[in-house]
Amino acid sequence: MDVAKQDTAQNMIQQTAAMVDQASDEDFEDQQQYLTFLMQGEEYGVDILNVQEIRGWGNVAPIPNAPKHVSGVINLRGAIVPVIDLRLLFELGDANCDENTVVIVLKVATENVNRIMGIVVDAVSDVFSLTLADKRPPPNVNQGMSHTYIDGLTEVKGKMVILLDSERLLHLEKND
Amino acid sequence: MSIDLSQFHAVFFEESFEGLELMETSLLELDVDAPDSEQINTIFRAAHSIKGGSGTFGFVQVAEFTHILETLLDKIRDGDQSIDPDGIELFLQSVDCLRGLLEALQTETEPDTTRAQQLAGVFQAVLDGGTYADSANVVKTNAITGAPLHAASPSPAPASSDDSVANAGTRKQIGFSIVFEPEEDMLKGGNDPVRMLRELATLGDLISHANTDQVPDFDQLVIDHCYLSWDIELVTNCDIDDIEEVFEWVEDECELSITPIYADISSAAELHYSNSQNHAIDKKMQQATAEGQRLVMPSGPLPSLDNLQLASPGDVTNNGSDATPAEASAALAPPKPTAPAAAKPKAAKVEASSIRVGIDKVDSLINLVGELVITQSMLGQMGSAGDSITDEHIGNLREGLVQLEQNTRELQDSVMRIRMLPISFTFNRFPRIVRDISIQLGKQVQLELSGENTELDKTVMEKISDPMVHLIRNALDHGIEMPEQRKAAGKPEMGTIVLNAFHQGGNIVIEMTDDGGGIDTERLLTKARNNGLVGENEKLTQEQKLDLLFSPGLSTVEEVSDLSGRGVGMDVVRRNIQELSGSVEVSTEMGVGSTFRIRLPLTLAILDGQLVTVADQTYIFPLVSISESLQIDSAKVNNVAGGSDVYNLRDEYIPILCLDQLFGLRQEAKVLQDSLLVVVESEGQKVGVVVDELLAQQQVVIKSLEENYTRVQGVSGATILGDGTVAMIVDALGLSGLAGSEIAAAQKIAAEAVA
Amino acid sequence: MTKILAVDDSASMRQMVVFTLQSAGYDVVEASDGQKALDIAKGTSFDLVLSDVNMPVMDGIELVKELRQIEAYKYTPILMLTTETAGDKKMAGKNAGATGWVVKPFNPDKLLATIKKVTG
Repeated sequence: MDVAKQDTAQNMIQQTAAMVDQASDEDFEDQQQYLTFLMQGEEYGVDILNVQEIRGWGNVAPIPNAPKHVSGVINLRGAIVPVIDLRLLFELGDANCDENTVVIVLKVATENVNRIMGIVVDAVSDVFSLTLADKRPPPNVNQGMSHTYIDGLTEVKGKMVILLDSERLLHLEKND
Repeated sequence: MSIDLSQFHAVFFEESFEGLELMETSLLELDVDAPDSEQINTIFRAAHSIKGGSGTFGFVQVAEFTHILETLLDKIRDGDQSIDPDGIELFLQSVDCLRGLLEALQTETEPDTTRAQQLAGVFQAVLDGGTYADSANVVKTNAITGAPLHAASPSPAPASSDDSVANAGTRKQIGFSIVFEPEEDMLKGGNDPVRMLRELATLGDLISHANTDQVPDFDQLVIDHCYLSWDIELVTNCDIDDIEEVFEWVEDECELSITPIYADISSAAELHYSNSQNHAIDKKMQQATAEGQRLVMPSGPLPSLDNLQLASPGDVTNNGSDATPAEASAALAPPKPTAPAAAKPKAAKVEASSIRVGIDKVDSLINLVGELVITQSMLGQMGSAGDSITDEHIGNLREGLVQLEQNTRELQDSVMRIRMLPISFTFNRFPRIVRDISIQLGKQVQLELSGENTELDKTVMEKISDPMVHLIRNALDHGIEMPEQRKAAGKPEMGTIVLNAFHQGGNIVIEMTDDGGGIDTERLLTKARNNGLVGENEKLTQEQKLDLLFSPGLSTVEEVSDLSGRGVGMDVVRRNIQELSGSVEVSTEMGVGSTFRIRLPLTLAILDGQLVTVADQTYIFPLVSISESLQIDSAKVNNVAGGSDVYNLRDEYIPILCLDQLFGLRQEAKVLQDSLLVVVESEGQKVGVVVDELLAQQQVVIKSLEENYTRVQGVSGATILGDGTVAMIVDALGLSGLAGSEIAAAQKIAAEAVA
Repeated sequence: MTKILAVDDSASMRQMVVFTLQSAGYDVVEASDGQKALDIAKGTSFDLVLSDVNMPVMDGIELVKELRQIEAYKYTPILMLTTETAGDKKMAGKNAGATGWVVKPFNPDKLLATIKKVTG
C-alpha cells in the first residue's frame, strides 16, 4: 500500500473524528448538526447524531446477487455491517474505491432494532450547525434515485448542501 | 421513596410462565384418586406466587383470578375439598386462561377477562359446594343466557349508624385508652413491647404507665419472660385500625383493650372528668405516682387533660348510642385511601428475552477467564524479553500458545454452555398435548419421557419445539390405534409414546417412539405414484419408500384431520429440522410402531465449516451438509437441454451448480474439467457445487446478515475469519432455490435417466 | 448498618424486596428457599429476617421454627411475607415463632414502614 496515501486517509479520518467530537460537545436547542461529505463535487449532509464513526475503505466482502450499489459487508468489531456505495445508489457515475475512499458508518435506532450501515463517499468535508428555519424542503423533482433520500436543502457559506435522511437510507434494503 | 415497580415485571412474567408450566405438569401427573400432597402443594404454590406477584405489581385481573384459584387449591390441600378429573380439566383451563392474561399484560395490551370471569364463577360455585362438573355446566348455561357471571359474593357495605354520627356531633373522639397486658412469653416471638409503644408514640401524644405488679422476686425471674403490662393513653385523631395494627402481630399473645376517649366539644373548656372511677388511667396514674414509679415512654408534651372529657364505652351507651366503639370510630374515620391504581403501561418496548444461568456455569467461566489472564500475562512477559530471544524463549512461547489455544477452546465451550438448557423445557409441553389430543380422539395414550436433562442450545430448542409437536400429533392421530383395534391386535389398550433425548458426539438426538400400527410404506408408494412423485415403473428401496413420508405434496391428503393434516406436513417438519442443520429419519415396523430420530447440532452459534474459494472469495459450507468432495471428471459431466449439467456420480445423476455463476462472481463460466465438486445434500436431494479450491476445515461463529442487512438467498449467514475478513456461509438448500427451474429440469432429466 | 435476610422463592418478589431495602440503605442478603436461608443464617447474623411462607424445599414456617432453635436467632425479629388475610393462616407463622407479618400485596413504602417499626 502507498504509505503516503494511507497517511492522508488516516489524517482525514482523525481530523474528521475530532470535528465530530467537537461538534457533539456543543448542545443547542432546535439546532441540528450535520456532517457533510463530497460526491462528484456536490456537498451532502447527514445528521451527525446518526454518524457512528468514519473509517477507511477495506476488506469488503461481496454479497451474492446484491444490487450494484451494495459494495458488500465489513467486519465492524465483530458485527457484520453492509456498505452501500452512495455514489452508485445516486447514479453519480463511476466510483472507484481505494485506500483514500472514506466509509461513513451510520447508525439508526428504531423502535426495536439498531441498524448500522456504512456509506461510501468521495470525501468527508465539514461539520456545521443548522437551525430548522434554515432547512428548505427538497426540490420537487421526480427523477433519479436520490430524491427518495433527500430530507431538504440548505446553504452553507454560499454553497448548497443536500441533506439526507439517514433513517430512510438505512432501510433501503429492507424496503426492496 | 418511590420505586419503579415496572423494572421487576420481566422477571415476574418469566417466573409466572414457569409457574404455569409447573402447574400444568403437576396437574397432568396428579392422581385424582390419591392426590399426592406435594404435587398439590406445588400447584398451590405456583398459583400463590402468581397471585402475590400480580397483586404487588398491580396486575389486578390476574390477582383476582388467582385469588379464587388459590382459595380452592388451599382447600384441596387441606383436604376440605375433593378433586376429580373434571376439576383437573378446569384447573388446566385456568392455566391456559392465566397464560393468556399474562401474555396480554406482558405485551401491554388490555387482557380479555371474559374467560377468567367464567372460570372464577365456576370455582366460586365449587367453593359454594357444587361439584366441578355441575358448576361448570351452570356457568355455561349462564353464559348462554347472558346471566351475570361475577364470582364475588357481594357483601353489603356496613351501614354507618346514624346514632354514632349524631353522637359525633356533640362529642368528639380525641383518642384511645389502651390496656396492654402481654403474655409471659411474647418476647420469644421477637416482639418487643417497646417497639409497640414507640410506634404508638408516632400516632399522637402518648402517656404510658408500666405496671410492674407481676414482676417476681429476682431469684424467680425468668430472663425472657415479659412481666410488665401497660396502661396507655393516646391522644390522636387516628383510626382504631391504626392502633390495632400496632398490636396486630401479638393480638393473641396479650390482653388488649382499646377504648375511645371523647371530648365534649360544646364544653371543651370545662374541666370535667366524667365517670372517673371507670377511668383506669386516672386511677393507675395516681397509684403509680403514689408508689413512686416513673412513667414509661412519655412522648412529647403531656396532653392537657384539663381540656378533655374522657368517656368509657359505658358512657356512650348511656348516651343512647348502639354503636360499638369500633363502629363509631369507623364512622368518624376519614375515607381510607384506596389502593393505588395499576401503573399505566408505558410505551411499547422491546421484549428482551433472557435465560437463567446456573451459578456453576458462571463460576466456571470466571475460572477460565482467570486462566486466560494468566496465560496472557505469561505471553506478555515473553514479549517484553527484549532483543535477546533464545531458543528457550521460543520454546516457552510455543508452550504459551498451546495453553492459549486450550484456554480459548475451554472458554468457548463454557460460553456455549451458558445458552444450553435442559430439553425438559420443550418436553414439558407434551404431556398436556398428549392428554388433550388423546381425549379428543378417544384414544388411550401414555407418554414416557426420558433424558429430559439433556441440554441443548436455547435457540435450537425454541425452533425444534414446533416440529416435535407435529410429530407427536401425527403419532397420536395416525400412529396409535383406537383401543378396540389395539385390543384386537393383542396389544394393551393403552398406547405408549416414548420421548427420549441424549447426546451423541456434537449432536443431540431426540427419539420419538410409538407402539402404534406402523407406517404402511406400500400405501405411501401408491399415493406417491398417484401424485406423480414417483414414476409408474420406478423401483424404490424400503428406505426410499419410507422417505416419501417427508416429500412435499404427499401430506396425507385423504386423511386430513383436525389435528395433523392442517397446513403443515411432514415435509415442513423435515425442512425445519434441516434449517437447524439437523436431520430426521424414521424406522417402522407394521403393527409394532415407528421411531422418529431427530439429530441436531447442540448449538446454532458455531458450526464446523469447510472453507472453499470461488473467484478469490472465501465461502464456507457447513460440514454436516457435505456428503463428499471430488475432482470433476469431465467424462462424467452430461450436458442436458437448457444448458444445465448433471454429473454421473456412481450411476446417480446429480445436478451441477456453479457457485461463481449463481453468486454472479464471474462473467465467464469456469471450465468444469479439473474443478472441484462439493456434493451437498438438501431435502434428500444431492447437488454438486463447483468450487475453485478446497481450504481448511474449521469451526466458525455464525453471524447474522439480517441484523443490519437483509436475508440473502443461498447464504445462511456470515462469519469472521482469522484475518478479520468476512466470509459467507453457503446455504445448500437456498442454493437449489437460487438455481430454481434450472435444477428442477436437471433433476427431471436425471430421474428419467435412472428410469 | 441493619442487616436483613430476605427469603422468597419468587424471583420478582425477591428482587423487589431486595431492591427496596437496599435503596433504603439496608444491607440485604437474599435466599430463594427456607433451606438456603437457614444455611446462610447459620453462617452470619441478621437484625431481621423477612420470609415468604410458601416455598419449595423448606417453607417459611419451617424456617422460622428452625431459626428459633438457634441461640442467635432466639429474639431476632422475623416477619412473614404472606398473602393470607385469614387469621388462622397468619397465625401459623406466629405460632412457629415469627414476630409478625407483612400482607401481600404490599408496596415498597409499606414494606419499609413495617421494617422500620421492627428495627427502630
